[in-house]
Amino acid sequence: MSTNSIAEIREQILNENLSLKDIVTDYIATIEDQDSEINAFVSTYFEEALSEAEKIEKKIKNGTAGSLAGAVLGIKDLICERGRQATCASEILGDFESVYDATVIERLKAEDAILIGRTNMDEFAMGSANQFSRYGAVKNPVDTSKVSGGSSGGSAAAVASNMVSASLGSDTGGSIRQPAAFCGVVGVKPTYGRVSRWGLIAFASSFDCIGPFANNVEDAARVLQAISGFDEKDNTSANIPVQNYTEELKQPNRNIRIGVPEEYFGEGLDSEISSNINETLKKLESEGAELVPISLPHTKYGIATYYILATAEASSNLARFDGIRYGHRAEKSSVVEELKEEEGRLREEFKDDQVQLDLALSKMDSALIKLYKKSRTEGFGTEVKRRIMLGTYVLSSGYYDAYYAKAQKVRRLIQEDFKKAFEKVDVIAGPTTPTTAFDQGAKLDDPVQMYLNDIYTTSANLAGICGISVPSGSHSNGLPIGIQFLADSFQESKILNAGRLVELLDK
Amino acid sequence: MSVSEKDVHYIANLARLQVTDEEAKSYAKDMSSILDYMELLNEVDTSNVEPLEHVIDLDSRFRKDEAKEPVSHEDALKNAPDADSDYFRVPKVIE
Repeated sequence: MSTNSIAEIREQILNENLSLKDIVTDYIATIEDQDSEINAFVSTYFEEALSEAEKIEKKIKNGTAGSLAGAVLGIKDLICERGRQATCASEILGDFESVYDATVIERLKAEDAILIGRTNMDEFAMGSANQFSRYGAVKNPVDTSKVSGGSSGGSAAAVASNMVSASLGSDTGGSIRQPAAFCGVVGVKPTYGRVSRWGLIAFASSFDCIGPFANNVEDAARVLQAISGFDEKDNTSANIPVQNYTEELKQPNRNIRIGVPEEYFGEGLDSEISSNINETLKKLESEGAELVPISLPHTKYGIATYYILATAEASSNLARFDGIRYGHRAEKSSVVEELKEEEGRLREEFKDDQVQLDLALSKMDSALIKLYKKSRTEGFGTEVKRRIMLGTYVLSSGYYDAYYAKAQKVRRLIQEDFKKAFEKVDVIAGPTTPTTAFDQGAKLDDPVQMYLNDIYTTSANLAGICGISVPSGSHSNGLPIGIQFLADSFQESKILNAGRLVELLDK
Repeated sequence: MSVSEKDVHYIANLARLQVTDEEAKSYAKDMSSILDYMELLNEVDTSNVEPLEHVIDLDSRFRKDEAKEPVSHEDALKNAPDADSDYFRVPKVIE
């Protein structure tokens, strides 16, 4: 399978008579061969991909093709594509079919990308290992006994196993960068507001960002270029010009100032990852970069802040799934039966006390409320319910100030840490994750341990800034290590540039 | 912060979820340990800090009041678990 860049593939179609249909056929063969094991895709659209390939090949030859002609993409199953499923890997959206295209999908199509299928994920993007999916876990293509990372595990694994040339995921607290690091590919979380969220099924609206996965920085930049920019349909879309990512990558700037936060190399970090990242940074220094020791003093509060705010937003966003307009609805007969049973129980319990009985009966759920409850209870998985419960708790009367309002204030302090740091440096570097990919099934019964896995990634979402994870060699256990670069809002060129410098070290 | 099983049932009702007594035990344990961890924020002095609600500066903006093609009636009802040709159908609310 070709690991050429999107630009190279296009060049070969134009000059060497390579057929785009053959390329798509190769990807299909790889998916058919490997995906029963990896489980990256939840649905595929091969026939449509092949017929698109013919049209786009003609356009390439006519010189009328868009910037993503030659690229074959997988789309995380929470971004709407008209006529295709969008289940969020949840039972509650098990039969859901999108009735419109997300803005990012419109833009990918306008640039002649081929969209070959929907990728697996943690249910509603809640998870760090892709173990919470109605379709089962995604396996890490580097070592199938390990997790792919999450929540965009399918998008990362599909790129890592060459089933696609690139993919889209979403990053709410690290859900692009962490699986990219675990699977050994490039993943970009853009600045909040850079890429339209129109058509992205929401998890935590003040954090969610759509971004690309690719085999190399150049392809990631190319996809990011296509999906970035103002969209009037998204109220939080920024009307700020988009940098020319692909053009700026052609002449990478080696003389950059890299901030190295002491807090990113502390307790909990695997010692081999620590030395790997330090070594990569030293190499960049020897090629012209300046390493600047910095401090982000509120780093250790990131996870707690994130999980308060993100679960609060999730509990509110997921209130829309009530079984009325779309999604799973509980059987009416089971609702009626349950209400009857409950009434019978109460009549038995208070048979000697008419006043108590009337009170208890008046407090019973109506059929409609019972229908909401049963539909949601049947439709959502364990982790999603856990987060809805937590979010409801931190927003509930009496606890709002102690948790939600407090976390909003700490969020500002975390953002100010970054603002201060970016006065002195172009990018901030560190490990993407504290460990390499862990065993399938590990950490499932300890939510706090699972959440701590996001320690280096959540800060970027709290501050709204952009970040990238790029492969930085391998651990002695054979698994990939990711290096993360963060830059200030709307400075995607800087993280792409830094990522490109790491790629060039190997060449 | 210790969350009791009673708290879990109260929160579940607010969240429109059903939990069995068995599940309530496990939720109480999980939520207590997560909320304990979140107590970490009490270390931070936020007395003079404004809450951060929007990570980027955005002004309210207006668009022209133009009619555009809406989602069609048929599309809007396409994913409904129960609908007739015009409306979503729900169980009777008034009994």
